[in-house]
Amino acid sequence: MSSVAQPSEPRRNDAGPDQNQRVASVEFFVVQFLTGLASAASLFLVASGLSIIFGVTRIVNFAHGAFYMLGAYVAYTLTDRFEGFFGFWGGIVVAALVVAAVGALLEIVLLRRIYRAPELFQLLATFGVTLMVQDLVVMIWGPEDLVGPRAPGLRGAVDILGLAVPTYDLFLIVLGPLVLGGLWILFHRTRWGVLVRAATQDRDMVAALGVNQTWLFTSVFALGIFLAGLGGALQIPRNAVTHLMDLSIIVEVFVVVVIGGLGSVLGAFIAAVLVSELNAFGILIFPKISIVLVFLVMACVLIVRPWGLLGRAEGPARQPAGLSIRPWRPMSQNQRLIMLAVVVAAGFAPFVTGDYALTVLAEIAVFALFAASLHFLMTVGGLASFGHAAYFGLGAYGAAFATTMFGMPMIGSLLLGPLLGVAGAILFGWFCVRLSGVYFAMLTLAFAQIAWSIAFQWVEVTGGDNGILGVWPASWASSPATFYWLALAVSVIGIVALRVLVFSPFGYALRATRDSALRSEAIGIDRSRVQWAAFVIAGTFAGIAGALFAFLKGSVFPDNLAIPMSVDGLVMVLLGGIETVSGAVVGAIVYKALAIWLVSQTDLSKLVLGAIIVLLVVAFPKGIVGFAEDLLARRRTRADDGGSAARTAPAKATAPTSGSGAAPIAAPKMEAAR
Amino acid sequence: MRTRLRKSVAFAALAIVAATGAARAQGEIKIGEINSYSALPAFTEPYRKGWQLAIEEINAKGGVDGKKLVVISKDDAGKPAEAVTAANELVSREGVALITGTFFSHIGLAVADFAKQKQVFFMAAEPLTDAITWSKGNDYTFRLRPSNYMQAAMLAEEAAKLPAKRWATVAPNYEYGQSAVAVFKELLSKARPDIEWVDEQWPPQGKIDAGAVAQALLASKPEAILNVTFGADLVKFVREGNTRGLFKDRSVVSFLTGEPEYLDPLKDETPKGWIVTGYPWYDIKTPEHDAFLKAYQAKFNDYPRLGSIVGYGTMKAVAAVLAKAGSTETDKLVAAAKGVEVDTPFGKIVFRATDHQSTLGAYVGKTDVRDGKGVMVDSVYRDGANYLPSEEDVKQLRPQG
Repeated sequence: MSSVAQPSEPRRNDAGPDQNQRVASVEFFVVQFLTGLASAASLFLVASGLSIIFGVTRIVNFAHGAFYMLGAYVAYTLTDRFEGFFGFWGGIVVAALVVAAVGALLEIVLLRRIYRAPELFQLLATFGVTLMVQDLVVMIWGPEDLVGPRAPGLRGAVDILGLAVPTYDLFLIVLGPLVLGGLWILFHRTRWGVLVRAATQDRDMVAALGVNQTWLFTSVFALGIFLAGLGGALQIPRNAVTHLMDLSIIVEVFVVVVIGGLGSVLGAFIAAVLVSELNAFGILIFPKISIVLVFLVMACVLIVRPWGLLGRAEGPARQPAGLSIRPWRPMSQNQRLIMLAVVVAAGFAPFVTGDYALTVLAEIAVFALFAASLHFLMTVGGLASFGHAAYFGLGAYGAAFATTMFGMPMIGSLLLGPLLGVAGAILFGWFCVRLSGVYFAMLTLAFAQIAWSIAFQWVEVTGGDNGILGVWPASWASSPATFYWLALAVSVIGIVALRVLVFSPFGYALRATRDSALRSEAIGIDRSRVQWAAFVIAGTFAGIAGALFAFLKGSVFPDNLAIPMSVDGLVMVLLGGIETVSGAVVGAIVYKALAIWLVSQTDLSKLVLGAIIVLLVVAFPKGIVGFAEDLLARRRTRADDGGSAARTAPAKATAPTSGSGAAPIAAPKMEAAR
Repeated sequence: MRTRLRKSVAFAALAIVAATGAARAQGEIKIGEINSYSALPAFTEPYRKGWQLAIEEINAKGGVDGKKLVVISKDDAGKPAEAVTAANELVSREGVALITGTFFSHIGLAVADFAKQKQVFFMAAEPLTDAITWSKGNDYTFRLRPSNYMQAAMLAEEAAKLPAKRWATVAPNYEYGQSAVAVFKELLSKARPDIEWVDEQWPPQGKIDAGAVAQALLASKPEAILNVTFGADLVKFVREGNTRGLFKDRSVVSFLTGEPEYLDPLKDETPKGWIVTGYPWYDIKTPEHDAFLKAYQAKFNDYPRLGSIVGYGTMKAVAAVLAKAGSTETDKLVAAAKGVEVDTPFGKIVFRATDHQSTLGAYVGKTDVRDGKGVMVDSVYRDGANYLPSEEDVKQLRPQG
């Protein structure tokens, strides 16, 4: 901390505080522990709801944060209008009930339609809802932060060992275990609870035994949302109500649920306490730790305990993400010619459109490659990644380092940049492929967040959140037309390469590990090595896309490897159709074009985009390309009637109208062994 | 135009293809504007109203050189990559004469770098980072709002007058918070070598665990606290601090807290006696500000926020640059902007030729509660010119060449 006479900047404060100054008394530790418990209780309320919903319905409820936020907004309105003791506490409870009702409505109107869609597809629907809610709350309640009243009777502080502890904190500390106990009684002492636990363990069996799943799911969803709404409503005496509340909690809550073990409410409670206490004491030693702490904890826990603290090993997956009843085939000669024509037509774009359209098209090409790389991992490998942006972002940073630090020409940077993504994929992939299902996804998320926080915090190297500027293309590629051709060429080559891999022996081995881990290992496929290789391949192509992206935008920021980027990738894949070979490309084109156009046209881009996503989800539960393939298959079936029976058989099986109940919930079992 | 578009999109979703080809009448100058409208409406809505008022006034007086100013405004969704896309659209497709706007520092920097690459004039409105005019400054970029350094200098001057010797800091963990703390510490330590820095807390932006942070600060027993948190984090921090007695008998110096955007939500929980920078629109009695306030309230039936001042000042500055240049060519705009004088509600300001920073200042005062609302009292305007390093010193901070 030398005192510089002249202003020099950028200035960052890196010297830590003098920790000896702090009075580290017993009293302080007790009070800090209580503070941590109060935070844990807030976190647990929301997390428990998410855990219950996921445990039973397997919905990755992205909208959970949105309901938390709605709970806070509704509670604000109610407590603002009805004052006094009953006004306040009644308002809190009513707000949670209102939000639960909205949640139940959402489940009935939207989610029920898509339980039969491939796993994770519900994530897309809830993502669309989240986008809409973010704009809706601003339209209804206005853009400014709202500060609700303090809780009547719990305004002040209590003196504990000479230090003031807010009464409301003590209330939360008591409430957390009460809710935990209440849930325990509900699950262990009621028939409904028994059914919920049974469904958490084995949905198919519960369905087979004749339990009405429809209402079981609705009631579970409503309970989960009630808890989210309650968690939000209880925040108003200590927090501000803003339209950013959902984002500030959703990821953290997911992490807590996963650390605790999916479907385990007690696990969620323990995880909430663990995370909150580590944060409360961690900031004393490392004041900057909060930004990454939960992800570090999750990574450590998952590496040691692959199913979370109290989670149990899941049975072999019955419905892998990429299961397709229609066998994949390489393209026919005609299809290849059509694709070639499409690419050539795309190559002619610079002759018919302007510069702006070309930069947009280049961006779409970059994202098509990024989405295709994620799609390869998710569909062919059956490994859904929630943190794929890490390799995209690392590729972008790699290109930026090569350009600004080592003065590489653009081509050199484009070649070397992705290596950083590859290195990240090799390192993180090694840990991730030890896990499966949502745990795999969450570990990828944890690593992505760790990579993000390094980019964010390591100011000397990465420029921190102010990023790296001046990563512009070389003069020969600086015209929008040339850069578009470059992006198009790289993207097409990448997508073709990924397709070739799908139908290579490696691709078949990978699909084998996806469809049955046990059988593939029995025939001598080294599952973890094959999946690791797939992880690295996906990371490589994401890194290439990232390097292109850096030159397209001229600058690199931590945003490039942040969660929204990973979510964008997921949305593109799901929108295109997870059961298809190359649906992600179409998903990327549709999503990115829509997003860019809407942001340019309206401030309400999130509302409109969210609504469109919800509509698409309902209209095309197999994704856009999946829907088109079904349509084609059906037409072919009709055309082939009376033709070779051998050819019609697989096509018939895929027809969604077959009514055979071939839904994931009661899907034919892939594995007899459990 | 935006409202019309917004409505049509909201109601007809995809049906309506934008009416972008606005009349390209000859008597027009197109200005491209980008800001985080959907991500930060609390700040950008008043900002938009501010620039709309300015444009209306300018055009009512016949525009610039007889040409009307037309603003084409774009949202950046709070992401630098989207901002670059928007800038591209404005420059390549709309053919704007210059671009302006942005709120977040990193978005401001991304657009500034775009302006440098494409050789377009850029008037940054709100980003606070010192880098945009100094270490990453470029020929094409100018900035209106008083920078991080300037606000820190104003507050450090007041802080030096306090008897407190043991200081602790709390700031959001990103560039803005980090550089605010660093400049403040440096300037205060220079003025008062007897000061000790006993603790620093760095909660993540938007995710403060306020109870734990307040308790940690309490344990270091500071005599004074520097706060840089704002928005929802500030609300949480103030609530926890009030309940836990953190602010009792302690001085607090706080960045931006006096701005209506951040002060108003606190209502009667506003802590008293904090030394803050901000905008006490209710107490400013200058003819320039009176005129602005009257016009703003008449047009929008609402009181202005600091964002309104920034939006208004930005378009006034753009108009002044265009008038002085007498052209829309980038070179001439850049030359004209150096040393251009602009009339704002805070008085006359100048854009310095060396670092392209305007001398717009800020009000420094103390927080108080009046009729159940948070207000600033004893406010004094601090002219930005007095809180900037000299032009010679600044020259060395900017990239040469």
